[in-house]
Order: sequence, then structure tokens, then C-alpha cells
Amino acid sequence: MTGVVRSRLFWPVLVLVLLLIGNLFFKPDFFAVRIVDGHVYGSLVDIVRFGAPLALVALGMTLVIATGGIDLSVGSVVSIAGAVACLHISRQTDQNALSGVLVAVAMALGVSLLFGAWNGVMVSRIGVQPIIATLILMVAGRGIAQLIMDGQIITINSSPYKWIGAGWLFTLPASVLIAAVVIGVTALIMRRSALGLLLESVGGNAEASRLVGIRSRSLVLLVYAVSGLCAGLAGLMISSNVSSADGNNAGLWIELDAILAVVIGGTALTGGRFSIGGTVIGALVIQTLTTTIYTTGVPPETTLVFKAAVVTVVCLLQSPAFREKVFRRRRGPRSTPPTSASEPTNVRVPA
Amino acid sequence: MTTLTTPTGVRLAKVFTGRQRYVPVLATATVLVLMWIGASLYFPAFGDLQVLLNVFKDNAFLLVLAVGMTFVILSGGIDLSVGSVLALSTMLCAWLVETHGWSPGVVIPLVMVIGALGGSGMGAIIHYFEVPPFIATLAGMFLARGLCYVISTDAISITHPFFTDTANTMVPLGDYRIDPSVVLSLIVVAIAFVTLHYTRFGRNVYAIGGSEQSALLMGLPVAATKVAVYAVSGLCAASAGVLYAFYTSAGYSNTGIGMELDAIAAVVIGGTLLTGGSGFVLGTVLGVLVFGVIQTITNFADLLSWWTRIVVGALLLLFIVLQRVIGARKT
Repeated sequence: MTGVVRSRLFWPVLVLVLLLIGNLFFKPDFFAVRIVDGHVYGSLVDIVRFGAPLALVALGMTLVIATGGIDLSVGSVVSIAGAVACLHISRQTDQNALSGVLVAVAMALGVSLLFGAWNGVMVSRIGVQPIIATLILMVAGRGIAQLIMDGQIITINSSPYKWIGAGWLFTLPASVLIAAVVIGVTALIMRRSALGLLLESVGGNAEASRLVGIRSRSLVLLVYAVSGLCAGLAGLMISSNVSSADGNNAGLWIELDAILAVVIGGTALTGGRFSIGGTVIGALVIQTLTTTIYTTGVPPETTLVFKAAVVTVVCLLQSPAFREKVFRRRRGPRSTPPTSASEPTNVRVPA
Repeated sequence: MTTLTTPTGVRLAKVFTGRQRYVPVLATATVLVLMWIGASLYFPAFGDLQVLLNVFKDNAFLLVLAVGMTFVILSGGIDLSVGSVLALSTMLCAWLVETHGWSPGVVIPLVMVIGALGGSGMGAIIHYFEVPPFIATLAGMFLARGLCYVISTDAISITHPFFTDTANTMVPLGDYRIDPSVVLSLIVVAIAFVTLHYTRFGRNVYAIGGSEQSALLMGLPVAATKVAVYAVSGLCAASAGVLYAFYTSAGYSNTGIGMELDAIAAVVIGGTLLTGGSGFVLGTVLGVLVFGVIQTITNFADLLSWWTRIVVGALLLLFIVLQRVIGARKT
């Protein structure tokens, strides 16, 4: 029992389950899933469907945060990827041609990868702090997206492209399957090879890792490139879902949601440890929170206030200084010196 | 090797020793002057002094924001909430004055107190609970923006005579005229300048930015200073919001999205080191001017406004690389 409680995924999962159950009070058929025309529908399906782009962005963000960095530019990369793909498709004579869509997708992903690698070069080679390096692309990126689209919102009508964000495969939403495959493959590579361990080592101490022979600079470059790629894929999903590219609003504030997902998932912002499963659950928590706010009839404008409260609480709970100052005092004389702060119930100090 | 032993090399090295901290500011001033001359040659109307005064007018609120941000960055932190706090103050002004009929004389001080209190709250979380500044102020950003939406998602126009009169008043200055908001923002700059360079608090800010550990060992009041720095930033953001209410005569919940980035860019372009401990508030004024001149050139050249953002991004990049080069030489 204590093993389950002490698992890193326990708290995020608990929050998710409580949020889901809480929804039952407002919508009794919340857990109902029905199949219409061979497609599954239901509130739960909506949550994973709309959460798929966020989960992808958060996946890239997890790896970046694992190395002790942060990527603020993901929202801009989302809008750039959508802009590149929609621009290419809009220039095709037959927008439904699969080849044109494939080229557009490849171009968008290539551009996203390049922007991610650019961030990586800034951080690993030039030595700029990650917040600032990615801030530059965050500021300039939306401008670049506008430039690509000449300030317009490009609307397209392409059924193969529409499939990415709003299509179905094996009765499941295609976007969820794409996200699941990407997340699954990344998790396999990270945890079945030494790569994940190396990333955690770089996040723990980049200089020490370099001295023991880990190519920390190349690894840092790699994670930013992957983060760019994930954001690009999410950008394709978002623009495909609405069949248009909007440089100003596509992916607006998704970087904040992604960071929030990573933090809720138990990955510390200081780097050195990461949990991909936790991030996925974190992304689902945020999407559920957003959905809950809609279903409860609370004005959707208050979403941000809720998210702010969640960020604050989660960050405070993660902060060792906060836990020490608040919880140790409450336990008072019962506790021994803080050698094992996480298992206080087993400690019995003789009176 | 050989260059160092030549007399010119020695002389040059001597000139730069101890003055390296002025290099970024000088670079910014050079960029500003070159842009100004170039634009004036290209667009004859650009050289008019009134254009420069308009740059100040259009960016008075940004100047006040950036001054607050300078304090935070000098202390080695960052404040991402300023854009949202500006929006919240503007909203509060519009909402309390228009919808609830409160007097501006009550509302404006109230808004500034809220800004300062919010800032100190974030500072306290950052210092006492060791939450990274980036995350604590991110939460503040969400909160302030969320409260804007809670107040109203529609724009509230301000028709109170105090606001409209102030917006229409001009202070004559010879043949030219300037806005009261410009005067106010310059007063803020002057106060900040004196505070940073001639008071104990200012020296503490620099010391903490240089090395928090050393400042602590020296017995400086690290906790109070850090909380105060974020309070200053919150106060500046709230004041900038009031100026913005004068400027637009309306409260709208989407104002100031991304403005924290403009403020950070102005501070960095103005030569303040992002790692803290080195920089000048007057450099920040230059940074805001660079931003404003780029904006004005974009207007004059009839380019679309996103070029401003791209050029600001490129300049930010340039100056950060410059900081790295100078920083690398120092060690």
C-alpha cells in the first residue's frame, strides 16, 4: 500500500481520477462511450482527442526539462508548422491529393525540427540561458508565422490533411493514435536504452556529465530538436482540426499548459529526473480541468484562474522548502530530524 | 600573442579594463543612432523631433514596465507576469470607474497597491519557498490574466472626464508638445535611477544579482530586498496599466499579451546582463527607444506590424550573443 502511495504517479493519477469522478455530479453520463458509424464518441474520448496535441508538446517539454532547460517557443512552432503546411496545401490545384499533403506535412515537420535545432544550438553551443534562447523564438516566431501567411488566416479544404486532427482509424481518433505511437516510441527509446539515463545525468550536472564522457552538448541539441518536432506535429493536428492556420491564436499559451503538464506529472523543473507517463497524465489532468470547467457551467473565462491556482499549489507542494516549512512544523514533536521526510507514519519516537 | 604586446593593443586593453560594463550600453546607443540616421535619410519626415516625442508617447507604459523589469533582472530574477498585471490594472480602472462609478482618485492608488501586494506575494513565494522565479511569476501571469477575463471579456470604454481630459491634455514644450504620460514615465525613470545608484536598497539589488550567497554572507537583507524587487515590478506594472488606460481610454482583457517579452527585450537590449548584477536603468530607456524606433520605422515603411517583432527578436539575439562574448572575455 505504501508502495502505491509513494509511487511518483500516485498523486497525478489521484488528481485525474478525482477530477473525472467530480464530473459525474454535473454530467451523469460522463463516462458513457458510444459507437456511432464505427467511431467512438463520449466525453472521455473528447478529453483524449483534444488533449493529444498538448500531450505531444508536453512530451518534448519533458525531455527539455529533464536536461534542466525549458522551451518557451513551442507555441510559436505550433503556429509556424500549421502555417507552412496550410500554405503548401492551399497552393495545390487538387487539395485532396495525398502526395501534396504528405509533402506539406514533411515540410512543416522539417521546419519545426530546424527551429528546435536552432534553440538547441543557442543553448548548447552559444551558452544562452534556455529561458531567453527560446524566448527569442517565442517573440519572433509568431511574426515568422504571420510572414509565411502574409498576415492572413489560410483556410484549406483537404480531406487527407483533415484526417490528422479530426480523422478516425480503427474506430479511434487518429490524432490520439498518432500521439500514442509517438509517445510510446519515445518512452521505449528513453527507458529501454541508456538515453533517458544520459539525459537525466545531463540535467543533474551538465559539466560533470561531459567530464565522464557523455556528449552533453549533442544531447541538449537533440532534446530541443525533438521538442520542436513534437510541437510541429501538434501544430499539424491543431491546424488540421480546424482546417486553417491562424498565426496569432494557434497554440497560444500551449507552452504554459505544457510546462504545467510536466510539473503536475512529477518532473522537477530543476532537471535531472523525468517521467513520460507522468507528463501524459499531467496533460490529461489539464485537458480534464478545461473540460470540467465547461461542463460545470462555470464561465470558461475563469479557466486561467483555476490553472493559476493549480500551478501554485503543485509548485508549492513540489518545493522542498515549502514542505519543510509547512508540513514539518505541523507534525511537530512526533518527527525525528528530517532524514526520511516521505515516510513519517512509520516513525515512532519514544516518549 | 603578438597583438597583445604591441603598444596599441596594450592601450586598447587599458581603455576597456573596468569599462566593459559600458560596452553593451554603448552598442545600444550606436544601434539607436544608426537606425535614427538611416531612417531620417530614407524618410525625410522622420527627423522631426515630434516623431521622437511620439515614440515616447506610444511607449510610455512599456518604459514603466521595463523599469520594473530592470530591478528584477538586476537582482538575478525574471518577472513574466507584468503584461497580465498591466492588463488587470487597466481592466480594474475601467471596471471600477465606469461600471461601479468609483472615483479615479480612489481607484488609481488602489490599483497600484494591488500591483505592489501581488508583486510582494510572488517575491515571498520565490524567496521563502524557493520556487523558481520563472514559475512563480508564470502562475501570477495566469492569475492576473484569468482575473481580467473574470471581470469582463468585452472591452469597457472609459468615459470618465478625468481619464479623457488627461488623455487629451498636452504639455507644451517650445514648438512641440508631449503627453502627461511621458512626463510621468520619465519621473518613474528618474526615481528608479536614483534608487538604483544612490540608495542602499539599489546597492543591495546589484549585490544580490552578483551573488546571492555572497550578499547573504555579507549580512545584506536578502529576503527583504528580493521581495521588494518583485513589489517594485508589480507596482511598475500596475502604474503602466494606469498609463495604458490613459493611452487607450479602454479596458480590454486581451491587452498586453506578450508585453512581458517586450519589456525583457528592452532591458536586455539596454545592456543589462540577464544573469543579474550588471546594468543601467538608463540603458533600459535606450532599449525602449530602440523598440519604439523599430516600431515607428515599420509604420513609416508601411510594413506590417509583425516585422517589429521579428526585428526585435533578431536584436535581442544579437545583444545576448554580445553579452556572452563580453562575459566570456571577463573570465
